[in-house]
Amino acid sequence: MSEIRVENVRKVFGDFVAVQASSFVVEDGEFLALLGPSGCGKTTTLRMIAGLELPTDGKILLDGEDVTFNRARERDIAFVFQLFALYPHMNVRKNIGFPLKSQGMSRAEMRTRVEETAKLLRIDHILDRPVSGLAGGDRQRVALGRAIVRRPKCFLMDEPLGTLDAEFRSIMIRELRELHNRISATTIYVTHDQLEAMAMADKIAVMNHGVIEQFGPPQEIYDRPASMYVADFIGSPPMNFIGFNSGLKKGGNEIAIDHVNIRLPDLAEDVAPGEMALGVRPEHIRLRDEGGLRGSVYETEYLGTNQIVSIATVDGIVKARVPADRAFSHGQNVGLELDSDRLSVFVKETGRSVRTRAAGPAHG
Amino acid sequence: MAEVRLESVTRRFGDAVAVDHVDLVIADGEFVVLLGPTGAGKTTTLRLIAGLEKPDGGRVVIGGEDVSDRAPSERDVAFVFQQYSLYPHLTVFENLAFPLKSPARRMPKDEIAARVNKVAAMVRIDHKLANRSTALSGGEMQRVAIGRALVREPSIFLMDEPLSSLDAKLRAELRVELKRIQNEIGATLLYVTHDQVEAMTMADRIGILAEGKLLQIGTPREIYTDPVNLHVAARLGHPHINLLKPGLLPCESVPGDARTIGARTEHLEIRPSATNDANARVDWIEHLGDQNHLHISSDGEKIITLADPYAGINPGDTISLSLKNPLFFDENGHRIT
Repeated sequence: MSEIRVENVRKVFGDFVAVQASSFVVEDGEFLALLGPSGCGKTTTLRMIAGLELPTDGKILLDGEDVTFNRARERDIAFVFQLFALYPHMNVRKNIGFPLKSQGMSRAEMRTRVEETAKLLRIDHILDRPVSGLAGGDRQRVALGRAIVRRPKCFLMDEPLGTLDAEFRSIMIRELRELHNRISATTIYVTHDQLEAMAMADKIAVMNHGVIEQFGPPQEIYDRPASMYVADFIGSPPMNFIGFNSGLKKGGNEIAIDHVNIRLPDLAEDVAPGEMALGVRPEHIRLRDEGGLRGSVYETEYLGTNQIVSIATVDGIVKARVPADRAFSHGQNVGLELDSDRLSVFVKETGRSVRTRAAGPAHG
Repeated sequence: MAEVRLESVTRRFGDAVAVDHVDLVIADGEFVVLLGPTGAGKTTTLRLIAGLEKPDGGRVVIGGEDVSDRAPSERDVAFVFQQYSLYPHLTVFENLAFPLKSPARRMPKDEIAARVNKVAAMVRIDHKLANRSTALSGGEMQRVAIGRALVREPSIFLMDEPLSSLDAKLRAELRVELKRIQNEIGATLLYVTHDQVEAMTMADRIGILAEGKLLQIGTPREIYTDPVNLHVAARLGHPHINLLKPGLLPCESVPGDARTIGARTEHLEIRPSATNDANARVDWIEHLGDQNHLHISSDGEKIITLADPYAGINPGDTISLSLKNPLFFDENGHRIT
């Protein structure tokens, strides 16, 4: 097992900067998700770590050893693409054992390894079945088995669950994370799906136009997004932004929007007057009849335990996640009460978040 | 717009019964979603209404007329598929105008333009009318496909998973849009999907299909809070409803014939407890961004529930877990009320 260290790595294709000088460390046994939309540089970053792409500048260290210019096969890394790629003419045992066979391992040792791997994935009862007759979940497990049977130093995964339907994906998310808990292999996982990243990763790097906008544990990124971009990319529905025009004073903790005073976490810096945005997550809004920021109900989306209520306010639509036991009608006038401890403030022009003293340790 | 009525409609393929004596009325202006897994008979039901399949038994009635033996073109129905099949060599405007240009319609040019412009504004693609359809994003293409169904002003819209090939964000956006458009024009709309969020958020009523049978139809709230059987209870809800043996957790007034207890988040009461009355343990907390799932084990059974992030519950904690008005099911999986 090992640590992955990326130091000032940059990648340029012609005129296009795919990855701007980026540095981060994935500690031994850690699960990192590289998260961002297509074209943000996450796959290029992964491919440079795998050795499938050479960086324009910078260094990549695997367990302290500089591997920047080593070939992919000299890096002791397992790369998992779409999990579904199995050899259809081989049975489960042969599919899992294949990478060992090409390493020239003895038959007896191979047998032990394959059986250990199968046990880990709870597919030891189907080792002698052909893969063609397997259910989707078992096929995924076999493909995973083939990746972990070599016991590489680390795993690199590129959207391995991309093509699955929602229900099945959430099952595989759980299994991948449980597998990680059992084998603790250093893992870098590329995805554009914030839910996968939130559910599985120890740390997330949110990327945008080749830049890592924020690097940290999921709950920290969720609770204290470093920019409007991150706040909008994470969460479903994403964070609401309510615009206001003001300057901010260090130590201050109140603003006014539409003549309503709103308490904030204590501000930790001065900000010159200008266009600002108050950031609030849908579940940090409560709806009440009197007072608060006023708006009218535009739409409700029933989700069972709770519902998403879209409210038209002076500054556009705000979405609130509230318990489903209360019914709202179209056009109904409601007040928004915001959970003061959980609010973020952003400078609109740059999108960066204003530092606050709030939100203490990550909850949950 | 018109009412659609299926009367004991059956469709077999060889030995397989794809649609099994389905009775269903979609009222004029109603948005009905059929929810079920692959192979439940959703798409076949749509195709029977469209006239792309003929029923082996029963009747299809549209606007009071029996159309069972009519060709698709005589039914005044518009179909939107999962794969938006736009004409790649045409612009957005031409794609939208295409259904109106059929020689049978003889619609004057200015009327076509007026209709296309109106629909383009409705599906919010009016700023790209001159673009080639191939130069659009996935979401924009699907807007055009929906728009092309709208311009014809048919009596009924049939939609077969039209959003399933789009990414999560776009899907969420188009869900709201589609509901808005349906509301605006008062369309009768039958929509099939395997995505419970689409069903819950858009439908006036949801029909739960399994193995060709319509198990239950009702408002999303009815289906969620008042399911007729285990199968229906398991179709809706995220996290999935917990199915527990009676006696596992404390619960008041359990009916004698209850064999399974269905417990959703709102049926579970959690109290932190370090003492002897603890009957469960928090294994881990799954952070899903907007919500956290608490994974709990009690006497070897696994239970998943939504976690209040501020409740101060941590992995490894022992808790006291009890049931509050859960759902009861008998040995055949029927709901006991």
